[in-house]
Amino acid sequence: MKLNKLILSFISAIAILFSTSVVSFAKVVGDKIVLGAAISLTGKYSSNGVHTQNGYNMAVDRINSMGGVKVGGKTYKFEIIYYDDESNPKRAAQLAERLISQDGVEFMLGPYSSGLTKAIAPVTEKYGVPMVEANGASRSLFTKGYKYLFAVLAPANLYLDVAIETAVELNGGKGVRIAQAFEQDAFSQDVRLGILDAAERTGSEIIIDDKLPKELNDMAATLVKVKQMKPDVLVVSGHTKGALTAIRQIAEMKVDVPMLAMTHCDAAKLSKQHGKNSQYALCASQWHKSLTYKDNFFKDGMTYAADFQKEFGYDPPYQSAESSAALLVFKDAFERANSFDQKKVRDALAATNMQTFYGNIKFAPGGQNVDKPMVLFQVMCDGSGKCENKVVAPLKWASAKLIHPIPKWSER
Amino acid sequence: MDFMVFQYPMITVQACLDGILLGVLFALIAYGMALQWGVMNIINIAQGDLVILGGYIAYFMYLYGIHPAWGVIVSPFIMYFVGIGIYKLVINKVVDRDLFISILATFGISILFMQLMNFAFGADVVLANSGYGTTFLFDSNVVLPNSKIFSAVVSILFAICLVIYMKKSKLGRAIRATAQNARAAKILGVDTEKVYAATFGINAALCGVAGALISITFTIHPYMGLPYTIRSFMIVIVAGLGNLPGVALSGMGLGVFEEFADYLLGTEFRIGSVFLLLVLILVYRRFKLSRKREYLK
Repeated sequence: MKLNKLILSFISAIAILFSTSVVSFAKVVGDKIVLGAAISLTGKYSSNGVHTQNGYNMAVDRINSMGGVKVGGKTYKFEIIYYDDESNPKRAAQLAERLISQDGVEFMLGPYSSGLTKAIAPVTEKYGVPMVEANGASRSLFTKGYKYLFAVLAPANLYLDVAIETAVELNGGKGVRIAQAFEQDAFSQDVRLGILDAAERTGSEIIIDDKLPKELNDMAATLVKVKQMKPDVLVVSGHTKGALTAIRQIAEMKVDVPMLAMTHCDAAKLSKQHGKNSQYALCASQWHKSLTYKDNFFKDGMTYAADFQKEFGYDPPYQSAESSAALLVFKDAFERANSFDQKKVRDALAATNMQTFYGNIKFAPGGQNVDKPMVLFQVMCDGSGKCENKVVAPLKWASAKLIHPIPKWSER
Repeated sequence: MDFMVFQYPMITVQACLDGILLGVLFALIAYGMALQWGVMNIINIAQGDLVILGGYIAYFMYLYGIHPAWGVIVSPFIMYFVGIGIYKLVINKVVDRDLFISILATFGISILFMQLMNFAFGADVVLANSGYGTTFLFDSNVVLPNSKIFSAVVSILFAICLVIYMKKSKLGRAIRATAQNARAAKILGVDTEKVYAATFGINAALCGVAGALISITFTIHPYMGLPYTIRSFMIVIVAGLGNLPGVALSGMGLGVFEEFADYLLGTEFRIGSVFLLLVLILVYRRFKLSRKREYLK
């Protein structure tokens, strides 16, 4: 008897759930534009997933409180339906299906990470749902001919080639000797391709080319080779664990290398938590708060950072800034399309040419943003051991001069 | 293939030393596994996750300004009770059952722990800085981080303490008696239930020590447990249950093997080569692995 009751209540609960979810959402309800997003709130990407969500929410609140989106003489407000994709590509694709076919969402925001964006893009493409994404930088996203995918960030192959070019420039235009270690995931391998291109362009030579495993926590072997071969530049990319492992072991093994270039330094909180050990590391970043881009909603990077700090209690990583920018792009496109027709919005997105606090945004036919260069910052410490990220390249935005070559450990 | 490791003799020395220091740490984890496998006939898939949890304890001490080296004292203490808790909740229900049931149960615990740690501590990779500096050998051609040396020394100390404890103490004798013949021990007045709980607790405590050392020497992350389980599993099947010198030796052997695989095949095959070795050894020992409980000497 008890079991029957339980089953009955379970079935009715499901029925209620279904009935509400099917009827309540459509693309534009009353004065609301409903966007859908699958975000990693649990699982291995959960910290960056939360940064992404905070960025989205911050922009939604700001745009809504500053008058919303004006389409056809009427004002609309943004609203986002979030689902947790558990950092799992399969789940992300399912949720995209669900958002589109059950919840009736007609415009999507991207998830966190290249891998998950790759899983979702075929779904949004199939249904012709425009997606503005802010956290998938892998080059392969932009070579598949997707028509409905737009990324506000620079593609992964551009992350570190500035570093190689800077090194060559400092070497009097002559090629340099590069040692590199990359994790074997879509993103890091794209960063690697960028380095290979840059090496070829500048006549540089790659003398160590190591691949790092997913379970990386020891790269001593690579560093021993670096010690023996003495390259001019060491490039490491393997998300947060790559950055942390490299910084720890370079400091412990006292590896001297004139230039150390990495990704994910701010996600790994290098300058805050690992101070002196991370000093002089060069880091690729999509955004830095000291950049002087401007818009009407967040004013500029510094104001954005201060507002974000007030709202969420921490300094915004670039993952949050680019996520906020995605909403600004959507607003702009809706207003220019002056319609909620998916095709018209898509065409308006493709014609985007604007400046946000995060940077200029203009999409190439493949969907990547071609108008925003990457920035390089260097971890710099003052006498008291307090360390900060300072932008050193491109020169236009630089707030400090690059320290090169990195002083030897024995002289620090 | 990259033969650099043989071209420069100093790299060979470096690889061997790195491997041995690493292997001692693996051996400590493996010894815990061998102990409870021998006593309770349970293969603990959650071994690596206990290690990581121990690491987080040291990491949090570091965050609150306590030197993470104290973690090797605090972490086993806390982990002992975590171990007893797991035993009371789950393990005591599977201890006399089929080996397969225990694998399933501990696999479940492993998944639960991973997700809980991810939920509680976040998905970031973390580490605790010991600030121990570096030792240079052979004209600074060989570099050993002192944290690695520290972790090897602590592992050896704990292993020695444990051996003495097992030999001399009342509980140690009871554990050994239970491992030899649980029924006979029970008849002779050993409270086997208590012995099982203590064994699982001691195993968890060893994992706690190892975890604290890993947070000082390497990095920790909620999902990094499995490679440690696999390694200790492998060390135990190579060495056999209850063979402490064997565990230590095969641990160091595995460490050196990993380092050389790293140099020869590339870092990406480091863990892969461990799995391959495991398969080879399993095939080799297929007939030798007896299903019965082996004796803990």
